[in-house]
Amino acid sequence: MSVPAGSTMADPGTEALGALIQRVDQRRNTSWRIKFLAMWLAIVIGLVAFVALTVKLDADFINGWAPFILAGVPVTLFIAAVSITLAIVLAAIGALGRLSGNPFFNGIASFYVSFFRGTPLLLQILFLFLALPQAGIVLDPLPTAIIALGFNYGAYMTEIFRAGIEAVPHGQVEAAQSLGMNGRTTFQRIVLPQAFRIVTPAIGNDFVAMLKDSSLAYVVGVQELLWRAQAAGRPTFQSMQTMLVAALVYWIMTILFSFIQNRLERRMASGDRATRRR
Amino acid sequence: MTSELRAPTPAHVISPEEVPGKLVAPGAEPVVRATAIEKFFADNHVLRGCSMTVYPGETITILGRSGSGKSTFLRCLNFLEEPSAGRVDIDGVAVEASPLEKRDRAAAERVRQIRLRAGMVFQEFNLFPHLSVLGNLIAAPLHVKGMSRAEAVELAEANLVRVGLAEKRDEYPNRLSGGQRQRVAIARVLTMEPKVLLFDEPTSALDPSLVGEVLKVMEDLAHEGRTMIVVTHEMAFAREAADRVYFMEAGHWVEVGPPERVVDDPREAQTRAFLARFLSERRPVPTRPDEDATPMIDPSLHPHG
Repeated sequence: MSVPAGSTMADPGTEALGALIQRVDQRRNTSWRIKFLAMWLAIVIGLVAFVALTVKLDADFINGWAPFILAGVPVTLFIAAVSITLAIVLAAIGALGRLSGNPFFNGIASFYVSFFRGTPLLLQILFLFLALPQAGIVLDPLPTAIIALGFNYGAYMTEIFRAGIEAVPHGQVEAAQSLGMNGRTTFQRIVLPQAFRIVTPAIGNDFVAMLKDSSLAYVVGVQELLWRAQAAGRPTFQSMQTMLVAALVYWIMTILFSFIQNRLERRMASGDRATRRR
Repeated sequence: MTSELRAPTPAHVISPEEVPGKLVAPGAEPVVRATAIEKFFADNHVLRGCSMTVYPGETITILGRSGSGKSTFLRCLNFLEEPSAGRVDIDGVAVEASPLEKRDRAAAERVRQIRLRAGMVFQEFNLFPHLSVLGNLIAAPLHVKGMSRAEAVELAEANLVRVGLAEKRDEYPNRLSGGQRQRVAIARVLTMEPKVLLFDEPTSALDPSLVGEVLKVMEDLAHEGRTMIVVTHEMAFAREAADRVYFMEAGHWVEVGPPERVVDDPREAQTRAFLARFLSERRPVPTRPDEDATPMIDPSLHPHG
């Protein structure tokens, strides 16, 4: 620790204090992390013990039915992926409507948002499946789930997209227009790329939420993860095992996608070098 | 009927103060003619019949306290603010105020033509954060003028050299200091080759140590014969670079004339009061900024860099 001559920091006692503070801080951090992990471990051990003590864990049963349950994973992923795509398209149109000066477009968009956010998703699924046939419209289970999820999430995302577009500072629009850009070019080249960066994290969050809400497709008989778990468990009263398997799979999927989402966001942030460098 | 509500088209009168600056060729046609601009924000009467005539190569400085309406006047010139009445004519493209009705397609296109002829530099730079420096410069040439990429890049690079930032072409705006950002914004405007440059308090958002590098670029532009209208508080710039100074208070011109008249020897009491308060509140009016005394900031040393 060389101290330049004439510096007021020459006191070696002060140097030692700095090092001591650093050591104590590090020790405190390490001990915090150990306790944190210990807590997780304790909960997991407790849960496993509870299951082991209350129900007879039947390894053969799980091994036998696991492939059947896991076959629901691609179905779940498919529902979530198609629904989120539909939701993004609807939200893009909805957001344009909500931002439109045209009272008719704006009215349609705001009715859409209000209705689909104001009624339960489960009701929307059942409505499509049970009520529409009365009007002569009969949908298969899979399209029913995808349409309901897409429209419901689209309504929420409409507001997210609108907020994202409005979050682009007005000075950006003024700069573009003062350079002679017309409304369309300004929107495409200046506003949209910036709004897209703002809403990307929200789209990721919604996709993770959608993974779990896709389980509602169970009520109309789509053979996704949850449907298979209950179908496997119910006849033999082994639902504890099958439900735990399903829960674990959902959990792993959400952790995985949250991780991917994090990586993507960090990549985007460093890609345009906007705001997050330090 | 709306036509009855519209103010009659005013005749443009050149007041004695508006005689062209001394360097203007005799008989030259004005580049900018703003005629009797009025502006209301709700019932707040911000501009009260302001006219301005600017000849090719002139540098105009607009002075006045905050809230006097000088920025609003500038923003009315390229219709970022819709004037409540009056007419703007830039390089032969004339647009009437249309406060009550949306413009038809032809009139909207004329507004766009005016904006192409009048490049604006903002107080807050307004660079596009998702585009590199080069991307900022070529966006409008590519997507507005339909220029080829090679052509736009060549033009952009020449303008980056002119503002002294050639080596920053691939940086993103948030990696630049405030002074560098404003110089990029100036280069971006120059790349559109406008007839007149509008500066809206271009140094007001800058750290004092970065003001010099921006003023230097602006002075160079003024001296090479660009037509410029500059809203500013930089008295040294007004004195050194302006051909004429317009002093605004409460929405009209109080005093107009060459800087040695308006700044150094004001006749109106309001101008005197403004200058006196300005001198006591701000740092003393510097003489011509010494180029050696305001060195280009080394970006690696800059705290925001």
